[in-house]
Amino acid sequence: MQWQFWIIQTLNSVAFGGLLFLLSSGFSLIFGLMRIPNLAHGAFFMLGAYFGYSLLARGGNFWLVALVAGLGVGLLGIALERFVLRQISGNEQGQVLVTLGVSFIIADICLLAWTGDPMPLPAPQALRRPLIIAGYAFPTYRLVVLVIALVAAVGLYFLMERTRIGAMIRAGVDDMEMARGVGIPVSRLFTLVFLLGSTLAGIGGVLGGPILNAYPGLDADMLPLALIVVILGGAGSLLGAFVGSFAVGFLYNFGIALAPDLAYFVLFLPMVLVLVFLPQGLFGRVQL
Amino acid sequence: MTRWNAIWLAIVAALLIAVPTVIGNEFYVNMASQVLIYALFALSINMMLGYGGMVSLGHAGYLGLAGYACILLTINGFDQLSAAILALAFSTVMAGFFGMLSLRAPGLGFIMITLALGQIVWGIAYRANDLTGGDNGLRLPARPMPFGIDLNSAPRFYYFALAVVAVALFFIWRFSRSPFGASLMGARDQPRRMSMLGHNVWLIRWLTFVLAGFWGSVASLLFVYYNLFLSPHALGLQQSAEILLMAILGGASSLAGPIVGAAIITLVKNVISSYVERWNTLLGAIFVIVIIFMPYGLVPGCRELWRRIAQRRKPSASKAASEPAA
Repeated sequence: MQWQFWIIQTLNSVAFGGLLFLLSSGFSLIFGLMRIPNLAHGAFFMLGAYFGYSLLARGGNFWLVALVAGLGVGLLGIALERFVLRQISGNEQGQVLVTLGVSFIIADICLLAWTGDPMPLPAPQALRRPLIIAGYAFPTYRLVVLVIALVAAVGLYFLMERTRIGAMIRAGVDDMEMARGVGIPVSRLFTLVFLLGSTLAGIGGVLGGPILNAYPGLDADMLPLALIVVILGGAGSLLGAFVGSFAVGFLYNFGIALAPDLAYFVLFLPMVLVLVFLPQGLFGRVQL
Repeated sequence: MTRWNAIWLAIVAALLIAVPTVIGNEFYVNMASQVLIYALFALSINMMLGYGGMVSLGHAGYLGLAGYACILLTINGFDQLSAAILALAFSTVMAGFFGMLSLRAPGLGFIMITLALGQIVWGIAYRANDLTGGDNGLRLPARPMPFGIDLNSAPRFYYFALAVVAVALFFIWRFSRSPFGASLMGARDQPRRMSMLGHNVWLIRWLTFVLAGFWGSVASLLFVYYNLFLSPHALGLQQSAEILLMAILGGASSLAGPIVGAAIITLVKNVISSYVERWNTLLGAIFVIVIIFMPYGLVPGCRELWRRIAQRRKPSASKAASEPAA
């Protein structure tokens, strides 16, 4: 029984860490390249979950729904970047506040469209039965979420480290002026990174749906976690987002399981330590 | 010029003192008290925003720190005065701690860290059921009675809040005109030059953060005294964002701006909320519109307009005056 508890909680933690990675890798890339924390990112995650709910209710295939909902959110991300943020390019402080305003609008529209009740997303039929290995039951769906997050991490790694686009993004993160100077179309990269980041957040929302449900306030619950991941792991770094996500996943999940009153406090301590001793985060490429 | 300022001040003060007798209706007097409380929140956040260029998204955290401390101390048998003093002391010390963390990362990291800190205060208030009552919130048994004056009627509480805000306003006005305020603005505009001149930029920013935290805590106590109740909903990100929007909407670079912004947002919120439920959409829309079209806020915007009108009236004199400004 005791072992079962630890195994399940560990698995829950890594699955949650995987979701956090889908959320915060995009957040971190956007921050690294554009120097703005996209405060609508939590709302994108929630919107993904609600899109997923509605599409699944119409009988869509789960994986297809995740992709479609993610792309829908991604298009919204492009719209935000092209039509709103670009109006005030150069005013980064203003851009941050605009993303916050947009997140309020999205959250309120979700409340209007999907009411205040929590909406459970059904997991795919095939994954609902627990996987039994050596007498222990493992929740299959969470394992699959973890695998998807790992695949996404590897995919992002190859995109960033092995392709021309990735090299251009890295150049923009490290030194935007030089990147512009050598002819890299940085403003097109902004749109691309926004598309990528918000699509990942949207997909994360659908995949997180069967675990977390879609409910009003999901955005406000997830956004601080993404912030803490980036503060811990360092901005603009994929590895930082990866390590930070699983660290926060473990802390938050075990915090809730063992000391529910103090779950947020448990997150606070590592954040303080990192800020005091490593203000750039563990693997930060850019100054916060 | 100074005589005009004094006359304006006297007129505004007379109007503010006359508010309860002119309005009469208790509902609107209470709304005026709310405006005052939010004006103090906005003024305190503006010490960081307007003079220091630091955008904080965790200001409602002080509502949690000072507010819950005050209520918990009162419930546990402290008298109102010592509860208030201890709550302010606790919250200000925490502001010092939060300031140290937030200022580890200048610029946009500051926004993220203050947001995370504010949400952590919210999360603790929400989750720590045994201490804070969780979602149900906590009730303050009664309003304090400073010098034996009963504050339960709406006009009396209004005057109490007015007195506190007047003291704070005087302090913040002196602050903005002081050498320290000047060095803060210097740290905002030219941090490297300021540190080259021998100013400790970090210390200037930190002290400002703590002072803003102190006045934010004072506003929090007024909030708790007014509502006699505090729940996690009052200290979420939305509250922090509203306070920030008040300062930006009115105009962060002026002293009157945050007060005007607080009045507009509080009135709009109260009026709109009684007709439609979509306050959050409107709040977000105001945010986006103000930042894109009115980045300097209403008060400086109107002042600029006034200056242009005045210029057009006497074109010969203004041409020479406007040359150096441009």
